[in-house]
Amino acid sequence: MAEFVYLYRGGNRPSAPELQQQILQKWQAWFKSLAEGGHVVERGQPLERSGKLVQAGTKSIIDGPFAEAKDVVGGFTLVKADDVGQAAELAKGCPILDHGGQVEVRPVMHIDM
Amino acid sequence: MESDQDSPIRLDHLFRQESGRLVATVARIFGLHNLSLAEDVVQDAFSRALEIWKIRGVPENPSAWLVAAAKNRAIDYLRRERTARTFAPEVDRLLRSEWTFSPTVEELFAEGEIKDDLLRMMFTCCHPKLTDDARVGVILNVLCGFSIDEIAAAFVATPSAIQKRIARAKNTLAQSQHLFDVNTSSNFSARLPAVQRSLYLLFNEGYHGASAEFAVRAELCREAMRLASLLLAHPLGATPATYALSALMCFGAARLPARLDSLGNLNALSDQNRAMWNQELISQGLELLSRSASGREATEFHIEAAIASLHATAATIEDTDWHEIVSLYDSLLAIRPSPIVALNRAIAVAHSENAERGLEELRKIQGLSGLSRYPFYQAALGELELRTGKLTDARRHFYAARALARNPTERSFLDRRIWACDDPSHV
Repeated sequence: MAEFVYLYRGGNRPSAPELQQQILQKWQAWFKSLAEGGHVVERGQPLERSGKLVQAGTKSIIDGPFAEAKDVVGGFTLVKADDVGQAAELAKGCPILDHGGQVEVRPVMHIDM
Repeated sequence: MESDQDSPIRLDHLFRQESGRLVATVARIFGLHNLSLAEDVVQDAFSRALEIWKIRGVPENPSAWLVAAAKNRAIDYLRRERTARTFAPEVDRLLRSEWTFSPTVEELFAEGEIKDDLLRMMFTCCHPKLTDDARVGVILNVLCGFSIDEIAAAFVATPSAIQKRIARAKNTLAQSQHLFDVNTSSNFSARLPAVQRSLYLLFNEGYHGASAEFAVRAELCREAMRLASLLLAHPLGATPATYALSALMCFGAARLPARLDSLGNLNALSDQNRAMWNQELISQGLELLSRSASGREATEFHIEAAIASLHATAATIEDTDWHEIVSLYDSLLAIRPSPIVALNRAIAVAHSENAERGLEELRKIQGLSGLSRYPFYQAALGELELRTGKLTDARRHFYAARALARNPTERSFLDRRIWACDDPSHV
């Protein structure tokens, strides 16, 4: 088993309560299935959409966002899976994919001693 | 609260319920002229809730969580903007000093206060300068958290028309700056009838309305009942008329599932499966109706509730006390002369006497032009002609009704009536 981080990118937010309800339900169901498979290490946190960017050299601080809205990371989760293929396969169930978002799957770097 | 197996909380219900009372509370601090800001603050709190709950899971007490989130967003906003803007006249001065800022905000967000805020906003939305449609629109938007698109779907109107109607209404409200004062009893009682009427219309939009979606209609009825229960909980709001209105809503809600079958087909009263009527709501309705029977005034709600109770308690359509229903419609016509009431009365006459008498009554309705776009006048003519065996006439009326149908549900209902003319064994 190895660890992976899911980075949730983009995705739009509907304003109608029914749609919000559906989205929440889908996320709950997805997390439930991940947890039942023993894949959730840490559910993670959502991230604010804005922040600061400290630049090299001058160390000047500028305001975010750092990317186009569709690429902004909105949250992360730490999971474990057999390999990156399985981790990516599991990410296919993420509801953000139904709303124009993406899941970036990144292996946590592992050092064999 | 109902819940599906996999979701212990219904976020849509929760958001709808909380959105109204929180907008009302925030507007009380920000001032009515900043109503749209108050809505933004609450929307923002909800968006954040969704973002966080998606990943962290739904908290133990989601309601309290939302209140805290909205309070924090409101505080951020007040601190940032208090030099540039004026807020509610009642608290503006208190918000300017650090000494009084926090206690003021805390107090306004206290549990007991929030409940009254909803009532305050409900009365505010029934501003005398607004039309009935505008009132129902803002109530749905501000108090029930319906989006413009959802309201448009409920009224079968275009979103842009609804957008305009609601923006105009909010403008009118904003000019008054003050929320309605529910603690002055003379004001309260003076505006109460307008509030009752708006809730009645809101409920009717769900029960008789033009939307084809069962879910939409049930939601409108549910919201009307929720707001009516707030009126009942207030000592000045719990008048005999409010009890009668609530009873009427219970009887209607009890019959709603049978009125529209699972395919969304409209069922005539005579075809409804009475076993599907919700007995709990019916007995609740009867209880409310008995409590409405005090005071001297018999309002239109009393009469309508009495009619609905006779339907709700009759075992079959034949067992119904149509004679009593006709006389109740007579009283209703005396208070509220309307071609639709007269139409319903004529149908009751047909049941209580015979189809010919019903047709006679239908043809002499005053102000028939008011029904020229209403499909159910032609449908009633068709129904009674069918019963007297004049199939050609019946078919002609059903076709005329079908041309006026407002949605697929009504059209398919009328199609079935047209087929019945071809095969009179269906009658």
